[in-house]
Amino acid sequence: MNLDSLYEEIILDHYRHPHHKGLRDPFDAEVHHVNPTCGDEVTLRVRVGGSNGQGVIEDVSYDTLGCAISQASVSVMADLVMGKPLDEATKAYDEFLSLMQSKGQLEPDEGVLEDAVAFAGVSKFPARIKCALLGWMAWKDATARALAARETPRTNEETA
Amino acid sequence: MTFSSPLDVERIRKDFPVLERVLPDGSPLVYLDSANTSQKPRQVIEAIADYYGQHNANVARAMHMLGQESTELFEGARDKIAAFIGAPSREEVVFTKNSSEALNLVANVLAWADQPHGLRPGDEVVITEMEHHSNIVPWQMVTQRTGATLRWLTVDDEGRLDLSQLDSIINERTKVVSLVHVSNALGTLNPVELVAERAHQVGALVVVDASQSVPQLPVDVSRLGADFVAFTGHKMCGPTGIGVLWGRYDLLASLPPFLGGGEMIEVVEMTGSTYAAPPHRFEAGTPPIAQAVGLGAAVDYLSAVGMDVVAAHEHAITAYALERLAEVDGVRVVGPSTAQQRGGAISLVVEGVHPHDVSQVLDSRGVAVRAGHHCARPVCQRFGVAATTRASFYLYTAPQEVDALIDGLHEVRRFFGVAS
Repeated sequence: MNLDSLYEEIILDHYRHPHHKGLRDPFDAEVHHVNPTCGDEVTLRVRVGGSNGQGVIEDVSYDTLGCAISQASVSVMADLVMGKPLDEATKAYDEFLSLMQSKGQLEPDEGVLEDAVAFAGVSKFPARIKCALLGWMAWKDATARALAARETPRTNEETA
Repeated sequence: MTFSSPLDVERIRKDFPVLERVLPDGSPLVYLDSANTSQKPRQVIEAIADYYGQHNANVARAMHMLGQESTELFEGARDKIAAFIGAPSREEVVFTKNSSEALNLVANVLAWADQPHGLRPGDEVVITEMEHHSNIVPWQMVTQRTGATLRWLTVDDEGRLDLSQLDSIINERTKVVSLVHVSNALGTLNPVELVAERAHQVGALVVVDASQSVPQLPVDVSRLGADFVAFTGHKMCGPTGIGVLWGRYDLLASLPPFLGGGEMIEVVEMTGSTYAAPPHRFEAGTPPIAQAVGLGAAVDYLSAVGMDVVAAHEHAITAYALERLAEVDGVRVVGPSTAQQRGGAISLVVEGVHPHDVSQVLDSRGVAVRAGHHCARPVCQRFGVAATTRASFYLYTAPQEVDALIDGLHEVRRFFGVAS
């Protein structure tokens, strides 16, 4: 298997110099996800802003322990979703998930995925798909929790 | 660097069809993941094919010719395995699905047993920090259920058991001591006899997870000091789906069944049942027949080579690998750094590169290793790593394959830009 089709230069760049890394305040939800087969971990925080029914991903911050693919993926994901309206960010998530499940058969939409198209090769390495998805899954979970917390009166904050 | 083994590895390799596989570019496959599962010689593959092709029938229940043949083959495998591990009696060999099931069996029947062996609040079970999850989780489950307490022996920086607290951790409250013979994550060979002696002083039972040792070393259960020994077929040239629990007969005979069903009974009435004698008491349902036959063939194969020769080869290849790994900058071995009192699984860390990425680069060169926590997360945490890369060997491992690993590790460091 050709290594360069997995470790694209963009991926190695993000791995060596991750964007938005480090946990930040303020945030609406924090989650901790692990990959039980390898012990990779991510702690991820999301801050959702916006109003009138349209949320905006104001901030994503994270701390990770993991391989080049998982670290680069969360860095690229943070770049991609930060500042985006919720529906656009969710669309990117859906597109990335489809790409990972495509076994290398899908031509990714660069307009939606931007730098994340570099992960197209990962879908041909079944053992690494979970690595690429770790940060995205954490983001989706954190965002869902942040939205649920917004809909709950502030007095119930401790359950968020 | 010298390498000397009593084994004719090139001749052995011809018995393993999968070792003839090559990569698309024609380079050879280098299989260094035998602690995960071993490859199978054609003698084992043929025995399984011959069983299904010529003798297949259910055992013990079928009165016809094929049923008699399959029963003889299945029970014959039990004889072979009993002889292989020095069991005083064939009735002490219980077939299970794997080591995990064997360890779960022991943990559960001890939890259910009457006194003196049953686990009760206030009793203690002792394991070690270097156990595989299959020798941690079952004991967590039964101690939580029974109200007993789980304790453990810790591991020192060299990957050896810290025995300084042996006499306090194993005390008059200890009912069971369950430990691994050879660690799958560190490679450490534990002094089972010493721990067993202390356990027996306080009247505790000793369970040994021999998943990595029975494949590699001559193991004589009558001299190990254990009351129960668990191991699995697929790590010793046999098929998956078959494991073994050896137990002292008087103990097995005093313990309640694990699973209920066919073959484990004596008389069944609607109001209750009585149970068969060991080993069948612990073998509910149609057993893994072809797998037992395959394991019997594996034991024949290993015996013909000689387990002392297998062990000497394992030692030689491990020593060679440890010496060569010491040459690579930025590579640290997690576990004993010499081949003394050690098995052939070597966990290593390439500084600055995650084990997944190490194994991916090695795989691109045809070198198969395992990356992860090796189902032994607590011991990885003990050494401050989330995961390691593990190379492991067997009787078919050639020194050139260790050389391929070393070359691959240099490439890993170059590829990820950590080479100086």
